[in-house]
Amino acid sequence: MSIEKLQALAERAQAEFKEAILETRLQYGELTLTVERERIVDILSKLKREPYRFHQLIDLTGVDYPKRERRFDVVYHLLSMTQNIRIRIKVTTDEAVPVPSVREVYPNADWYEREAFDMYGMMFSNHPDLRRMLTDYGFQGHPLRKDFPMTGYVEVRYDEEQKRVVYEPVKLVQEYRKFDFLSPWEGAEYILPGDEKAKAG
Amino acid sequence: MGVIVPAGQAGRSTVEGYNPDVHDKFFEQVSAELNEKGFLVASADDVITWARTGSLMWMTFGLACCAVEMMQASMPRYDMERFGMAPRASPRQSDLMIVAGTLTNKMAPALRKVYDQMPDPRYVLSMGSCANGGGYYHYSYSVVRGCDRVVPVDVYVPGCPPSAEALLYGLLQLQKKIRRTGGIRR
Repeated sequence: MSIEKLQALAERAQAEFKEAILETRLQYGELTLTVERERIVDILSKLKREPYRFHQLIDLTGVDYPKRERRFDVVYHLLSMTQNIRIRIKVTTDEAVPVPSVREVYPNADWYEREAFDMYGMMFSNHPDLRRMLTDYGFQGHPLRKDFPMTGYVEVRYDEEQKRVVYEPVKLVQEYRKFDFLSPWEGAEYILPGDEKAKAG
Repeated sequence: MGVIVPAGQAGRSTVEGYNPDVHDKFFEQVSAELNEKGFLVASADDVITWARTGSLMWMTFGLACCAVEMMQASMPRYDMERFGMAPRASPRQSDLMIVAGTLTNKMAPALRKVYDQMPDPRYVLSMGSCANGGGYYHYSYSVVRGCDRVVPVDVYVPGCPPSAEALLYGLLQLQKKIRRTGGIRR
């Protein structure tokens, strides 16, 4: 994937989509376009056709930046098999503002969007079946958000009296391990008393 | 290699110190008794537990990478079938459940349901650190911290994943346990 090809692609996209492209980045040999949320379906459907030919949606996922005003990014990775180039498209959103679904353009986005919704809680408008996909039935919260505790809120156990698996608030029998980087067992930089003799000798 | 071994001695003649004419005392006694009387005497419990240990049909519950080692254990190299163990796809016909892999919250009710469908006497072998106590995913929001929270476990096999050999050893330990504790009483 040559830089020149990506450069040309970036210029062509800039010329075609103009103000819909908020930011263009060409870093580490990868092209990233941040675009307007409302234009995403239009932009992706144009990128799929001539002359771009990005026929494959490789991935659609989310990123959470809790300190930002619009905390989520939705990231689309496209691949053009005929031109052997890849491109990354980003839009920003938050919990309330929906992103238009690109399922009509790339049918595989259906489950990707469900997964992103499941994990981050971002909304996709015009999606036919925006349900949770991976998490437990009746799961509360969105686990890949930065403010979601790693151990979650509930855990399961079989209850002998009720004869079924019950949910209970998490009770950890063993606390998180706190790594002590000054501990002599975990790669300390300083010289322990007595060690200098080994080097001197 | 390339040495032609006489029939009936294949694989034996090369083992150093092996003399096919010297038999195990126990088997010689058994054989002598059978020849002399034509029958053997043993307690019913022993016979029943012997039968149980020799036909441990296991419910395949492969959940993660441990399942690959479980398959390997039943393949020709380790060949669990020589101990009378074979995979059963149905819980109604199995005696043993090998929980091989990470048990998630979503899977837990299903696991329990399958366990409840197994007929008595039933045994559970927890395979790998995930099934033993959550393992790598101990602090995860979606993983059960040990499958013993959901089903009673007889044998724990440690490892991540345990080798097929380790699983086989665990199963032999389970046979030992059945021989020790088994009976027809419930």
